Amino acid sequence: MAAIVSVKNLRKTYDTGFEALKSVNLDIEEGEILALLGPNGAGKTTLISTICGITVPTSGTVSVGGFDTVLEYRQARSLIGLVPQEINLEPFETVQNTVAFSRGLFGKPRDDAKVAAILKSLSLDDKAKSKVKELSGGMKRRVLIAKALAHEPRVLFLDEPTAGVDVELRRDMWNVVADLKATGVTIILTTHYIEEAEAIADRVGVISKGQILLVQDKAELMSQMGKKQLRVDLAERATTIPSSLSDYDLALEKDGTVLVYTYDTRHERTGIRRLLNEMNDAGLVMTDLQTQQSSLEDIFVGLVKDDA
Amino acid sequence: MAMNLTAIKSIYRFEMARFFRTITQSLVSPVLSTSLYFVVFGTAIGSRIDTVEGVSYGAFIVPGLIMLSVMTQSTSNASFGIYFPKFIGTIYELLSAPVNFIEITIGYVGAAATKALFIGAIIFITAFFFVDIQVAHPVWMVAFLVMTCVSFALLGFIIGIWAGNFEQLQLIPLLIITPLVFLGGSFYSVTMLPPVWQTITMFNPVVYLISGFRWAFFDAADVPVGLSLLAISLFMGACLTAIWWIFSTGWRIRQ
Ligand SMILES: Nc1ncnc2c1ncn2[C@@H]1O[C@H](COP(=O)(O)OP(=O)(O)OP(=O)(O)O)[C@@H](O)[C@H]1O
Ligand SMILES: [Mg+2]
Repeated sequence: MAAIVSVKNLRKTYDTGFEALKSVNLDIEEGEILALLGPNGAGKTTLISTICGITVPTSGTVSVGGFDTVLEYRQARSLIGLVPQEINLEPFETVQNTVAFSRGLFGKPRDDAKVAAILKSLSLDDKAKSKVKELSGGMKRRVLIAKALAHEPRVLFLDEPTAGVDVELRRDMWNVVADLKATGVTIILTTHYIEEAEAIADRVGVISKGQILLVQDKAELMSQMGKKQLRVDLAERATTIPSSLSDYDLALEKDGTVLVYTYDTRHERTGIRRLLNEMNDAGLVMTDLQTQQSSLEDIFVGLVKDDA
Repeated sequence: MAMNLTAIKSIYRFEMARFFRTITQSLVSPVLSTSLYFVVFGTAIGSRIDTVEGVSYGAFIVPGLIMLSVMTQSTSNASFGIYFPKFIGTIYELLSAPVNFIEITIGYVGAAATKALFIGAIIFITAFFFVDIQVAHPVWMVAFLVMTCVSFALLGFIIGIWAGNFEQLQLIPLLIITPLVFLGGSFYSVTMLPPVWQTITMFNPVVYLISGFRWAFFDAADVPVGLSLLAISLFMGACLTAIWWIFSTGWRIRQ
């Protein structure tokens, strides 16, 4: 698949002299959902703002749909919808007019039915004529999404769309994102909730201190980098790990009633069978066993820690 | 690529909606203050002054009063119009939209100038209740009014972009425009001043605008009409240049 967003050697140094992006390269494929993970201040918002035209790149290029975002900003920006991290809305205008304004600003002819349909898809239809200031925080966030969708963008940036949103609404948003993906919209979202990336993303990018540390297929990432654990319930409590098993990465848990073996799924042999045999030889009797895969969160924390 | 006319229309409509939401406040205060000016200057002082340049004093101050309101209103409307999105953060949308600075400027300045025109018209109508006025050159009157609205809205737009807080937003109109307008011959003819002050006054650009506008009413002016036209064109050109520079450098807008 072709890249719909292509970021090349992008650098951004703010007027304060702070280098927020250090030569970022990133290709985003058409139709995918990319989750950008990274700690506070990593440069997620800066990256999105630079792609969308809110900040000026110090050097490097960005193209969207094949259009350079600086030289061909009209064509490029027409393809982009942006949901900013902060809730920035005109408080005194109605929801409906605010969304219609966004559509017009992007050069699309007035279409009340389209605006109504977008509001409905975000369960805002009963608030269409309410003033923005009369809405709750979660509703305002949905208005932001409605504004970003008003001109039917092909690429949607969601900067922490579910920050401060309750569990139910978060699921609703995931559904909205899934529906959009079904219509072919490319979605880039930043989040601090790893379960969110795990739940909806196709690929995951990790950014820290202005650098992309990795971008990878979510499933691949988890299987490649994921450590797996084998937990063996022992029939009798063990106080120490037999010295014959010292080659394995083993630990005793739950007062010595559980033996935990950590192994890497990247290795061709996991060594499980050999371990079980050797355990038998060492006189450890097992009653049950289970395996556990580490979550994206573990991977993420590991990566960012390594980078520090 | 052609201009994004839909975007201009959207900005204009959105801004006008703000005006119509608060139409009472928007109109009551200029009408009230104009009426007070008529009572104080027109009636109280005017009864002691026969005529100025052949017109009754009450009628003489009408063009100046309209100009006073129109200049302050276009400036404050435009400065607030662009400052507000910066303040509440909705500017992100303008910056990420497929619009250029010309379109943004036309939308905001157009709306601010229209609001000021409304107010100018209301004052003109209010004036009818107090004095008899004839307009010698109606087309020129409208032309001067529109040019003044537009050029001061451009100035306001610059102030709104420059301002970092609400105090600064109000400072310029208060410190510069109000004095210039009051000393610009709103309530008197420049020829009524002592010679030294006449010379000093000639450096006040507002004098030319008010004089031109008054000429459109009474066919009599402090300075030649051509000079008035030149002054307003220069002023407008200077504002446009400044705006062009602001957007081309991203000054105070894009980081
Ligand atoms: N306008 C600015 N001027 C100077 N520095 C800035 C500006 N905006 C952001 N920064 C700095 O750039 C860095 C990256 O900020 P950015 O907002 O992109 O982080 P982020 O990854 O979005 O963080 P968060 O998760 O908290 O939203 C931070 O160190 C921040 O202080
Ligand atoms: Mg951010």
